[in-house]
Amino acid sequence: MTDNKSSLKSFDDTSFKEFTKKVRIDVLNMICKAKSGHPGGSLSCVEILSVLYRKILNVPSDWKKSPDFDKRDRFILSKGHASAAFYSVLAHCNFFDTEELLTFRALGSRLQGHPSTRYGLEGIEASTGSLGQGLSMAVGVALGLKLDNISSKVYVLLGDGEMQEGSVWEALMSASHKKLDNLVVIIDRNKLQIDGSCDDVKSLEPLDKKLEAFGFDVEVVDGHSESELTDALLSAKSAKKPCAIIANTIKGKGISFMENNAGWHGKVPKCEEAKAALEELQYGD
Amino acid sequence: MGINAILKNTDEIKSPRAAYGETLVELGEKNKDIVVLDADLSCSTQTCMFAKKFPERFFNSGIAEQDMMTTAAGLAIAGKIPFVSTFAMFATARCLDQIRNSICYPKLNVKIVATHGGITVGEDGASHQALEDVSFMRSLPDMTVIVPSDYNEVKEAVKYALDIDGPCYIRVSRTNLKTVFDENSYKLNPKSAVKITEGKDLTVVTNGETLIEALNAAKMLEKDAISVEILHTPVVKPFLAKDDLVESVKKTGKVITIENHSIIGGIGSVVCETLSENYPARVLRIGTNDIFGQSGEQRVLMEHYGLTAEKLYTRIKNFLG
Repeated sequence: MTDNKSSLKSFDDTSFKEFTKKVRIDVLNMICKAKSGHPGGSLSCVEILSVLYRKILNVPSDWKKSPDFDKRDRFILSKGHASAAFYSVLAHCNFFDTEELLTFRALGSRLQGHPSTRYGLEGIEASTGSLGQGLSMAVGVALGLKLDNISSKVYVLLGDGEMQEGSVWEALMSASHKKLDNLVVIIDRNKLQIDGSCDDVKSLEPLDKKLEAFGFDVEVVDGHSESELTDALLSAKSAKKPCAIIANTIKGKGISFMENNAGWHGKVPKCEEAKAALEELQYGD
Repeated sequence: MGINAILKNTDEIKSPRAAYGETLVELGEKNKDIVVLDADLSCSTQTCMFAKKFPERFFNSGIAEQDMMTTAAGLAIAGKIPFVSTFAMFATARCLDQIRNSICYPKLNVKIVATHGGITVGEDGASHQALEDVSFMRSLPDMTVIVPSDYNEVKEAVKYALDIDGPCYIRVSRTNLKTVFDENSYKLNPKSAVKITEGKDLTVVTNGETLIEALNAAKMLEKDAISVEILHTPVVKPFLAKDDLVESVKKTGKVITIENHSIIGGIGSVVCETLSENYPARVLRIGTNDIFGQSGEQRVLMEHYGLTAEKLYTRIKNFLG
C-alpha cells in the first residue's frame, strides 16, 4: 500500500486508536467475566471490524427502525468465535448499550458465545460459529440483493484457519462464477489455529495466488493498519469482480504474552495475567 | 372396508417428482420471492422445470451441496424463499451441519425438497439410498418434516411448505406411484392423521410410498376378515396427530408402522414415542432394519425388504397371530 493512496487520512488517528483500545479492553473484560471465550482471534480482527463499522459499512445503528434498512450493507462474521470483538464494536457504534457487553456468554444473554440471530441483537445478520459457512451465506445474500436490484455490498470476515474447510472453496467458486462484484471477502490472516500454525497444520499458501486463481481481485494489507484497511476496502467498493482482502494480523494483538501464541485461541487469562493485560492495553503504546 | 372419500379410485400412475417441478413453476408465477437451488441434479429432481421458466431465479451450485445449502440460507437472509433440491442422501447426510446451524438455528425460511428418498432409489445402491434422512431432519429443532405419498399429495406438501414461516424438509420418492388422493377433495392437514381405512383389529401408521402397499395389504386382509385401520401421517414433525393415533389404538390395541426408511427415527419412532407417553401399546415397526441397502430393481428391493403388499400381508398376519 503506497503512502499517497492512503492520503484520505482525514479521520482522527487518535480517536481510532482510542476506539480500538476500548474494544480490546472490552474483549479482555468480557472474556474474563464470562470465564470463557476466544481472545486470540478476537484481538486479531479489532482493526478490521473497527474500520468496517466506522468507515465502510452503510448500516444504520438504529437497525430495523431505519427506513433504509433494506438498503444497508451486510456484514457476516464467519469466524463467529471473534464474537467478543464484534459485539464490542457494535456496542461502541451504538447498535446497543455497552452495558450489555458484560452479559456475554451468560444464560439468557443476547450476546451468545457465537453470534445468533435468534436473540434479536441489533447488528447481527447471520448465525455463525460452525466454521466455513459464512462465505456461502454471504454469496446467498449477494445473489439476493442482486435479484432485488439493491446495490449494497456484502462483507464477510473469515479466519484463515477456517479456509481449510472445503465449502469455503466451493463458495469462492460460486462467487466468481456468478460475478459477484458486490461481495468483499476479508481474511483475518493471523496464521494460527488451535493446534498451532496454519502452515504446520495444513498450509494455505500461496493464499493470494489461490484466491486470484479462483477469480478474485486480491489485496494484501496490514490488518492492523487503519489506512491500509480503509484503502483496500474503499477500492473494493468500485470493484468489477469479487474482492478478497488478505489482512495480515497478529493473533492476540495488543497483549504481548498472547501475541502470536496459538495457546490463547480459546483460553481465559488468570487473574494476574488479566491485570497485566489490562495495564498493557491501558497504558501501552 | 370403509374407504375415505378423499381417495381416488383410479389406476393412474404419476411421478411425485414431476408434481414437485410443476408446483414450483405454479408457485413461482405468483410469488416472485421464490428461488430454487439444485446441485447438478435438476433433471432428476425436476427443478429443471423452474429453471427453464425462471432462469434468473434458479441457481445451480454444481456438485457442491454444502455450499448450496448455506447459499440458500443467505438467500433467505436476503428475504428470498429458497427451495433447495438434490437427492435425500446428499441433502441431509452431507449437509447436516449446514442445515442445523445455518438454517434451523436462525430459523430461516428455507424449504429442502429432497427426491430419491428410501430404498427405491434402486440400482444405484446403498450410497444413494437415504434410509436415515427423516431421522436426521426430525431431530433438528424448528424443522418441519413431511413425507408425502402420491403425486397429488406432493403438490399439497410443497404448497403447505410455502405457508410455513421457517425451515421445512419434504421427502419425495423416485418411484412413479399410483394416485391415492383425489386432487379435488384432498387437502393436507398437518393437525391430523388421514384415516385411509376404518378398522377394528389393527392400526397401521404409514406415509410416503408405503401407503399404497399398506392399502393393498389391507384389502387382502379384509378377505380374511381382518379389518385394518390405516392412518396416513405425512407430517412427521411436528407430530400433531396424537389424538387420532390414541383414539385408533384404544379401539384396536395393536399397531404396525410401515415406512420406506430405517425403523430408527422415522414414523415408527414417532408412533412409539407418542404411544409410550400417552397410551402404551404393542408396536411392530416395519422398515429397513438398521441396515444399508443394496442394488436392485425397485420392486425387487421392496420385496426383499418386506415392504410390498404381499410381504406386509404375511407380516401382519404373523403379528396378529
